[in-house]
Amino acid sequence: MRKLLFQSFFQRPLTEQAPALDQTAVEELAAAIRRATRRRLGRSLSIREIDAGSCNGCELEIHALNNAYYDVERFGIRFVASPRHADVLLVTGPVTKNMRDALERTYHATPDPKWVIALGDCARDGGCFAGSYAVVGGVSQIVPVDLHIPGCPPPPVAILQGLLSLLDRTAKSAT
Amino acid sequence: MPSLIDLVLEGRTSRQHMPWPRSVVDASVWAFAANELAQGRWSLLGLWGEPSTAHMAIIDRDTTEIAVVSIDCPNRVYPSVSKHHPPALRLERTANDLFGLSAEHLPDPRGWLDHNHWGIRFPLGDRIDALSITAPYRFLPVEGDGVHQIAVGPVHAGIIEPGHFRFSASGETVIRLEQRLGYTHKGIEGLMRGAPIERAAQLAGRVSGDSTVAYAYAFARAVEAALQLVVPNRAVWLRALLAELERLANHLGDIGAICNDASFGLMQAHCNVLREDLLRAANSAFGHRLMRDVIIPGGLARDLDAKGQSAIRAALVNVQVRFPELIELYDNTASLQDRTVGTGIVAAALAKQYGAGGYVGRASGRAFDARRAPGYPPYDDLRFEVPTLEEGDVNARVWIRIREVEQSLLLANQILDRLPDGPLRTPLSAEPGPREGMALVEGFRGDIMVWLRLDGGQVERCHLRDPSWFQWPLLEAAIEGNIVADFPLCNKSFNCSYSGQDL
Repeated sequence: MRKLLFQSFFQRPLTEQAPALDQTAVEELAAAIRRATRRRLGRSLSIREIDAGSCNGCELEIHALNNAYYDVERFGIRFVASPRHADVLLVTGPVTKNMRDALERTYHATPDPKWVIALGDCARDGGCFAGSYAVVGGVSQIVPVDLHIPGCPPPPVAILQGLLSLLDRTAKSAT
Repeated sequence: MPSLIDLVLEGRTSRQHMPWPRSVVDASVWAFAANELAQGRWSLLGLWGEPSTAHMAIIDRDTTEIAVVSIDCPNRVYPSVSKHHPPALRLERTANDLFGLSAEHLPDPRGWLDHNHWGIRFPLGDRIDALSITAPYRFLPVEGDGVHQIAVGPVHAGIIEPGHFRFSASGETVIRLEQRLGYTHKGIEGLMRGAPIERAAQLAGRVSGDSTVAYAYAFARAVEAALQLVVPNRAVWLRALLAELERLANHLGDIGAICNDASFGLMQAHCNVLREDLLRAANSAFGHRLMRDVIIPGGLARDLDAKGQSAIRAALVNVQVRFPELIELYDNTASLQDRTVGTGIVAAALAKQYGAGGYVGRASGRAFDARRAPGYPPYDDLRFEVPTLEEGDVNARVWIRIREVEQSLLLANQILDRLPDGPLRTPLSAEPGPREGMALVEGFRGDIMVWLRLDGGQVERCHLRDPSWFQWPLLEAAIEGNIVADFPLCNKSFNCSYSGQDL
């Protein structure tokens, strides 16, 4: 373990560098979040993730945001264990009828002000599961949605971009 | 002692069922099969319904012969298998929820996937309207001094799928865990009924996101078996490459996540970098990080070009070079092993009884691997080992994954070295008349079974059985006598699929 830790001291960080504004999406996001979050939420944004019936593909890509390349916490964005601690609900999946109650209750357990992001094609309108006897449909049929991030699943960079645009919008409406 | 083939010969054999036989049997033969399962000579591969038929797929433990037996039940009643063989229990509860097929003397008649929210009952059988009610689910009673319950879920603390766990604990020790699943039930088998093959293939690839390749693979093989289609050689080899990349990415993610649940974040940080490198290579080679919708019935949707090939080579070399020091890290960290060794033990007898596949089975001495037996190309032409251990604890499940990462690296390199040229796809024929096909494909989690009946280019009925069906119940057993705080660790070492089970 010492060897690995020692190496880490001398290696260049894997985290993709905070960029000039117009470079990559990740970097654009970094800068914008810095501006917007400070105004609205200080420097942090707490996200509670809810799988309302997804295939788990979206969850894998949300997880990836925490790896060293994306390192989402450097932007002040963190995933929290309880809706009571959350500013944002990040909801995936077509909402199944069996998850409807849980989604509603989690929404009501989240303190105001709060935002809801529907992540993935299924969360928009049920995606390829729309019309099933077991599926309600998109997240907006159950709780008000502030932003949709499309993709099946959306890659981590797209999720970061989505978080950014939400922050921008909330910042504007707050001023 | 009759063999599986003898059993099949007892009934009316279906003509169009490939590649293994299917036979319609009477109640006495069905009961005999249930008894043989209970005696442990055969293992259950699956049990599923149709509006007035129950099917059961069986594999002979010694010869790995496979057969499907079916029983007509015009009255919607058939003799319960789980009465003799508990691994069938959740499957029989599901057949009742979806089709209204009732297993006679079913030991546990509670609903499984049906939580009374659909507005109907028996959605795939004779539908009846039902009021949506929120009657509490009757969890199994636990009594005793100082016993308390802890309810967890369906919304969990981490970024994971929804399910409910009901712990009964005495102090810190878990006396009983009862799972309640079904929250992500999307009705996939219902959506597949009458769907064109292409649409059904898309749905199959979305049963469980982490196994999208393995599900598309299994579905495609079942379609090809039904239509007796020969897939071009290049596609056969590329499919195995995709499957091994998926296995690598998932195992690396799991190894890191298990260590993280033992509060050893360093391992996860390093494993997730390797995982991300692989996903980026997959994206540049196949246009999708999880390689979704690449495998299609008849072959592959896109080819691997030279640029993609070198991206994958580079990612494989990267893992090869950096993984050994992570193994060393795991092996030499006593505080980590202190958490994983001896925790969450699955007895070998249980793994055998449940026919548990993947690392859950192999960490408890069950050597089954669908790539080896029944086997499918190109694996019969490739060198690889199936690692097994006897201990059955969290540590053993980590080591199986470590060894499988090494094997998958070897396999992926062999495939790239010997990748044949040629066409990628055989067009599907929309032949009229029912044709049935079945496939068993080894996903990272274990063997995925797909059974289907096609008619004129459409899916008449398709059943997809996730490996988790036979692993989830073992988690209930593994946690008994462990402390509540070790549950996340045990759960992660299983990493069962919710969506794959709930469908």
